[in-house]
Amino acid sequence: MDIDKATSGGAGAAGGVPPADAGGGNGSTTPSGRPAAASPIEFRLDAASGVPTYLQLVQQVEHAMRLGYLKPGDQLPRVRDVVAWLAINPNTVLKAYKELEVKGLAAGRPGQGTFIRATLSQVALPELAGLHKSLLGWLATADGAGLDEDGIVALFTSALRDFYKRRGSTGARRGAADGETEGIA
Amino acid sequence: MNVNIIETRGLGKRYGSTWALRECSLAVPAGHVAALVGPNGAGKTTLLNLAVGLAEPAAGTVTVLGGLAAGSPAALDGIAFVAQDTPVYKNLAAAEMLHLTRNLNRRFDQPYAEARLAELGIPLNRKAGKLSGGQRAQLALTLALARRPRLLVLDEPVAMLDPVARHDFMASVMTAMAAEGVSVVLSSHVLADLERVADYLIVLSRGRVQVAGEVDGLLASHRMLTGPTAEADRYAERPVVHVQRGGAQTHLLVRASADDPVPPGWEAHPVGLEELTLAYLREPGAGALPGPARAQNTQPSEVTR
Repeated sequence: MDIDKATSGGAGAAGGVPPADAGGGNGSTTPSGRPAAASPIEFRLDAASGVPTYLQLVQQVEHAMRLGYLKPGDQLPRVRDVVAWLAINPNTVLKAYKELEVKGLAAGRPGQGTFIRATLSQVALPELAGLHKSLLGWLATADGAGLDEDGIVALFTSALRDFYKRRGSTGARRGAADGETEGIA
Repeated sequence: MNVNIIETRGLGKRYGSTWALRECSLAVPAGHVAALVGPNGAGKTTLLNLAVGLAEPAAGTVTVLGGLAAGSPAALDGIAFVAQDTPVYKNLAAAEMLHLTRNLNRRFDQPYAEARLAELGIPLNRKAGKLSGGQRAQLALTLALARRPRLLVLDEPVAMLDPVARHDFMASVMTAMAAEGVSVVLSSHVLADLERVADYLIVLSRGRVQVAGEVDGLLASHRMLTGPTAEADRYAERPVVHVQRGGAQTHLLVRASADDPVPPGWEAHPVGLEELTLAYLREPGAGALPGPARAQNTQPSEVTR
């Protein structure tokens, strides 16, 4: 299995040292505990969200980048650590990191781990204010027509899905994810 | 590593006049966590016992670790097996369990085992019977991992554990996989846990393989269609796995990819591993197998709500 790229050196594991110690330092990891964080972020999982696990990891990285928790050069949590915290399949973490690499947001460094290599910026502020204003106008119209908050959300979600479907992407979810990364600097 | 960690051809096992497993043909690739699911008596333990060499086939063949005969010395060296409910000798101390296992096996990494127990806070002089359920399971897992296997086989490892112990146990197994490249085959009834770990799924039903394949591929080839009950019968010719029929609205789990057209008035949703597995468990007649065995699901029985 090609996992060494995202974990630290193989000598520890081969030499009969417990896997969690291979990270060096004080190495006080327990299978149920957490090691000293090498990455600025930690992942969590929402089993009820219905979003596939690897996609949750991808989205959390993008979110952290957008909010400034992750900057270029920052290390993502090591595969081994993610696996130990969340009890998920290492292949899932590798898949998420590969997706981030394909999107150009992260890059693997052999023997070290995976690192952020881009910034995710939002649309420029003045334009954002304009969009916000026109959306408020639309919301007032929807409210006037008798839609309540849930109705507005349902209508907006449905329209958003139609929009990306019509733009010719492969699926609603994929389309939305692509749209979110347009601001890569 | 494109070897098959377990490969069976026409495998069968009979107890008396009853076939516990028959015509089982599987090829589980290495580097995965393969989940073995099925109702009690479906043949899960029988299949695992055949793979680890604890039982002899009545028909067919089973090889492991890329072509080694199951039960051969070379195969035994590369496989560690933790039986149902993670059994240990209750009157032996942890250190004595290590000693015993070391002497019964050609390969045993004593420093690894001791370091791992220390990390877990399991005292070497504590009798296994005095350990908590989670600690006993971790002791059994430690004994298995210290043999440095290429394949770890777990039969219902977490059934008796509380949620935290279950999480910690699976985290240990996944860490071993990440750090040492161990392939894992496990049987379990806890579908929610499997959703987090399994990337290969095998569903057994009445001694036969019902579903086998990589989870990503299975999820990509199934969709839930939701629409008016009045039109539900139109899909009789589609490969419908499971029908959930309400007075006005019906859910159909069908074999279809994201690119397949959705009929007007119907909505298509992706399905998760748990939903997919449950649907097949409720329809023992439906099947999803690689190759020509695919076309056997035609007439699903119906669940009316």
